[in-house]
Amino acid sequence: MGEHAIEAVGLHRSYRSRTGWLRPQRREVHAVAGVDLAVRHGELFGLLGPNGAGKTTTIKLLNTLLIPTGGEARICGFDVVRQTREVRRRIGYVFGGDRGLYDRLSARDNLRYFAELYGVPGREQKRRIAELFALVRLTGREDDRVESYSRGMRQRLHIARGLLHRPRVLFLDEPSIGVDPVAARELRQTVAELAATGTTVLLTTHYMAEADELCGRIAVIAGGRLQALGTPAELRHHADGRRVLEVQAYGVTDGQLAAIRARPGVREVSLAVHGAAQLLGVQSDAGVDVQADVLRELSGVRLGRVTARQPTLEDAYVAIVNRAAEPTPLVGGVPA
Amino acid sequence: MIAVGALLHVKQLSRSPFEIAIALFVPVVQATLAVYLFRAGGEPDRLLEAAVGAGLMGVWSTVLFGSGGAIQSQRWQGTLEMIMLAPRSPALVLLPVTLATGITGTYAMLATLAWGRLLYGIPLDFAHPVAFPVAVAGCIAGLGMFGLLLASSFVLLRHANALANMLEYPIWLVSGMLVPVTALPGWTGPVAAVLPTTWGARAVHEAAAGGPVWPALGGCLAISLACLAVGWVLMTYVERRARVAATLALA
Ligand SMILES: Nc1ncnc2c1ncn2[C@@H]1O[C@H](COP(=O)(O)OP(=O)(O)OP(=O)(O)O)[C@@H](O)[C@H]1O
Ligand SMILES: [Mg+2]
Repeated sequence: MGEHAIEAVGLHRSYRSRTGWLRPQRREVHAVAGVDLAVRHGELFGLLGPNGAGKTTTIKLLNTLLIPTGGEARICGFDVVRQTREVRRRIGYVFGGDRGLYDRLSARDNLRYFAELYGVPGREQKRRIAELFALVRLTGREDDRVESYSRGMRQRLHIARGLLHRPRVLFLDEPSIGVDPVAARELRQTVAELAATGTTVLLTTHYMAEADELCGRIAVIAGGRLQALGTPAELRHHADGRRVLEVQAYGVTDGQLAAIRARPGVREVSLAVHGAAQLLGVQSDAGVDVQADVLRELSGVRLGRVTARQPTLEDAYVAIVNRAAEPTPLVGGVPA
Repeated sequence: MIAVGALLHVKQLSRSPFEIAIALFVPVVQATLAVYLFRAGGEPDRLLEAAVGAGLMGVWSTVLFGSGGAIQSQRWQGTLEMIMLAPRSPALVLLPVTLATGITGTYAMLATLAWGRLLYGIPLDFAHPVAFPVAVAGCIAGLGMFGLLLASSFVLLRHANALANMLEYPIWLVSGMLVPVTALPGWTGPVAAVLPTTWGARAVHEAAAGGPVWPALGGCLAISLACLAVGWVLMTYVERRARVAATLALA
């Protein structure tokens, strides 16, 4: 076995879709356009990127659900196209959301079925399933039907299912989507424990704090290509020499955003909505104080708190993604 | 693994209120239809045969819609990807699904008989009381394997429902579930001879009305095994195609 749990070289995947019925037009989307990855055994690796960046597609190429249109990938040294079964024996796949389970069966029946499918020996099944129910804190609810489960409970059941056959490599595609903060913290703990015991984890998420806390290394992907790769500390350097001004506002217009973006010294502008309020983030060169300029552009808009702070991983992420999207910069590319 | 899988899929299938409603209602309609068709034909003594034929129609439609529908609903549920991800031959993964639909189909047959008895007083005296359940079981196993062949098209195509609708009635007719095969035009003969349903239907008919059960049942199983073999190869190919075409998931 090589030293890498996950290896990808020039990975490429395009989707063909037809639009139009009478005059069908073929359109080709390059969802993943040449990705190179090398993840070591036991690493907890994050894959970040905006919606449609190609994260899920990358994961499905690595876990054998899709066949690449170009390039190669290996899991624990086994080729994902030619040695599919060897790969499948070693991987677990968990995706976010409430699909992917048999709703009308009990949680235990779900696990029993997948244990059978994934080749967990009959003698071990009972013990393994009980172990996993304890791990994901569903003990006591084993015999309830999945349709009666809350979203967070389903998500945890998903994770238990993904771990049944003790995979060496675990793919987690937005596992914390729709999970409450307390459950999300437990989930992070579970993932960290798994990685500590030697499981390689490839995680995608839209929560920067989660990636920052968990991941040893992070790759930022946009437009099907890697835009940046490094430890969270290294990625933060992408926002080095910047300052961040945050303004809580009510009713900022697109025109005002454009005007702010055009001020000298301003590097990135993002706008996120928090309930009734908007949160305007302005990244600028550290040497320039843009606060006065920004507030002048916003004259007439009702404002809340105004704070200046050091850049975070999220700011670095915004900088990376916006740079990738040039010459048409994104507005509000940060999920709230 | 096949047994556990089939059992759990039966559970999953039989717990849908919609399916239960259909399963309760359809056999009544079929029993009624069968009875009136044969009464009109002036053959009241063949009522039992009619009821058995109607029951088989039930089995057939459950397998046809079931094996396709089960694949389709698993695509919607997102479980299709999860089961295809198992380190096993794709045919082995899906066989429990199609067998499960064959088993729920048994229910359709028994329900039709029960309704026939209840509503129309069809006497349930079978010519071969022992052979009858064996023939039914064989027929279901056969349909499960045949279903696998059909299921492969559903794995590949996202909109294969149309295919199932198209197939249902011709296959009923051709395999002689209600109308004896001999009454159909000559060209259907060879077609009927290669469908396992023809032989399965004949085995069940003969068990009910008297006649040599075992050769027909043997024929049904032999053809089914051939279906299994073809389905196996086809499924392996189709799984790969589906991964190229990205049709395992909804989007
Ligand atoms: N089955 C499909 N057929 C056609 N196009 C697809 C298919 N799946 C994904 N795409 C396209 O491929 C691109 C990448 O999609 P992908 O799902 O990999 O993004 P993602 O990074 O996972 O996004 P998100 O954060 O929204 O989950 C998108 O443009 C999407 O529209
Ligand atoms: Mg995704």
